[in-house]
Amino acid sequence: MTSSPQTLLDKIWDAHRTGIRDDGREIIYMDRNVVHDLHGSHAYAKLEQTHRTVRRPDLTFGVLDHSPATTPGRTDATNPKSLQFAQGMRAGAERYGFRLFDVGDPEQGIAHVIAPELGLVLPGSTYACPDSHACTVGGLGALAFACGTSELEHVLATQTVAMKKPKQMRIWLDGTLRDGVTAKDVILHLIGLIGVAGGRGFMVEYAGDVTRALSVEARFTLCNMTIEFGARTGIVAPDEKTIAYVDGRLLAPQGADRDAALAAWRELYSDPGAVFDREIHVDCSSLTPQVTWGIDQSQVVGIDGVVPDPATADPERAPAIERALAYMGLTPGTPVAGLIVDRVFIGSCTNARIEDLETAAAVVRGRRVAARVRAIVVPGSSGVKREAEKRGLDRVFRDAGFEWHESGCSMCAGANDDLAKPGERSVATSNRNFENRQGPGVRTHLVSPAMAAAAAIAGRIVDVTRPGGWESVNDAAV
Amino acid sequence: MQPFDRVTGPAAPLLEDDINTDQIAPAIASFKPDYAELLFARRRRNAQGAEIPDFVLNRAPFRKACVLVARNNFGSGSSRESAVWALAGFGIRVVVARSFADIFRENCLKNGLLPISLDAGDAASFEDEVVAADGATPCTVDLVAQTIAGPGPKTYRFSIAPAEREALLRGLDDIGLTLDALASIVAWEEQMKHKQPWLQRIPNAEAVQR
Repeated sequence: MTSSPQTLLDKIWDAHRTGIRDDGREIIYMDRNVVHDLHGSHAYAKLEQTHRTVRRPDLTFGVLDHSPATTPGRTDATNPKSLQFAQGMRAGAERYGFRLFDVGDPEQGIAHVIAPELGLVLPGSTYACPDSHACTVGGLGALAFACGTSELEHVLATQTVAMKKPKQMRIWLDGTLRDGVTAKDVILHLIGLIGVAGGRGFMVEYAGDVTRALSVEARFTLCNMTIEFGARTGIVAPDEKTIAYVDGRLLAPQGADRDAALAAWRELYSDPGAVFDREIHVDCSSLTPQVTWGIDQSQVVGIDGVVPDPATADPERAPAIERALAYMGLTPGTPVAGLIVDRVFIGSCTNARIEDLETAAAVVRGRRVAARVRAIVVPGSSGVKREAEKRGLDRVFRDAGFEWHESGCSMCAGANDDLAKPGERSVATSNRNFENRQGPGVRTHLVSPAMAAAAAIAGRIVDVTRPGGWESVNDAAV
Repeated sequence: MQPFDRVTGPAAPLLEDDINTDQIAPAIASFKPDYAELLFARRRRNAQGAEIPDFVLNRAPFRKACVLVARNNFGSGSSRESAVWALAGFGIRVVVARSFADIFRENCLKNGLLPISLDAGDAASFEDEVVAADGATPCTVDLVAQTIAGPGPKTYRFSIAPAEREALLRGLDDIGLTLDALASIVAWEEQMKHKQPWLQRIPNAEAVQR
């Protein structure tokens, strides 16, 4: 008997379905969950109130990523705003007996960066984190769900989530990327096409030649921003690249388990004929580096583009454009290339893995950050930081005038002191250009790591792939 | 969870699309914020901390609003539950929007805050009535009858999944519902120990123990 064709998401969903509740929600087992500092304490307090406990502390991990300062030499004393969050996490880890990756721990980092890096999350596994960018780890072929605090409490108490199965969408990323065009540009372009609510109610599988050609780290970038078009999660089918990435990681299966795991992972793909609720194709061959100009990620253009005019826009969208222009201090028709930059942030769970830092360092090497720009690099994990230092990337950045920070969410989340000043224009490799996200009144433009590095050097937004060289736009005039 | 059956009070119009949770509850480095103050903090107050009088929730009739009315994709972005706590802290018990971001909607249901999506035609009509009333007349949201009465002459019927309605009406404990099925979770774990043992026991876990 042959079963009907299944999607990759069906396979993982079904394998983790432990049952169905009386209210019709399916109970999906979470193989791993990582708690972070902003949510942890609230959830532990609720558990205590309700006389519940952490059901599987052995599958539960904690991390300090959102609130800690990232300034070099950080300690609790230099980090007063984070202290209560940190103490709450430490007390929770102590009480319930799970492993906490605290500040100063060699494995500390952003939850979704360390989970794959350590081999905590695996292809075909499920992953829960009270952070909307949990979907990052879908790049490994894992099924990830983000949640709020109450749902975190649910995960801690039951090791499951209870939900109605979302619909499924397959996004075919077709063609071949031009040199210097990255996963970040692809995902920004995609959000521009389908809008910030285009994925609402869906889980997404990314497929197509571009997806297959991306490195595993680039697939993390791709999946990371799935939430930014409203989808519940994103995933890429594991392949030999994925297996090579996972195999040998600290917490990956070993010995006989390893052989069985590899065999299981090779079965993780959407069967031919599997049915999706929606399929879309995006030709990526002519893509240029993307730059957001507005206050959501769908407000994006290629580097050759200009800021739109609300007068000629879809009337439904015009008010949002007007609001964005006012906040961003831009006028219709202004080219994004040439915008003067005050701050550059290379970091976040979107773009602060070792490949990202290598790419940015290649742009920076031997050059100087423009005088007007304050530029910082915040590695995605302490492990990434160590590896970058081993490769000498920290020297490249420091010699150019970048600050080299400890790991954390930093200027992506706006939950510590790494903020820009009102009115400053910030070019960032992170995932949200929302109003006030990087500080009150800060104007954020999202780009890839290479584009951010070039903006730091040029003091303005430039096309890092420009034939003839973007370097000729020097900072003398800025 | 606080049960919900019905509320009566002013409905505040904030007729924008894509209002994200960063707007609803800005990230602040405070462990126990005043959630009522946190709600739309950066739209209610300027950089100097002074109130912005035009912002809808600062206007007299809406300081006691219990219904917020928005347009598409309300609550997008960050999964922060503080967005719901801020709304609740201010006194908002119902959000009526053309659509909601998935995680935000889930967070509402877990906190006794009722998310209502009206049919497209009704949504526009209700929005118009809310704007016209300008807080002068209240509306009543009744989850038992699944109706919104007022602030204009019309009564609107809304739909909600029966299980969600039941959970809100009774203030059901979501975790309790899952723990009712604990035996199936334990059975799944036993099975998985043999099928994919690396999922039930972290391989080499001692390597990261402190």
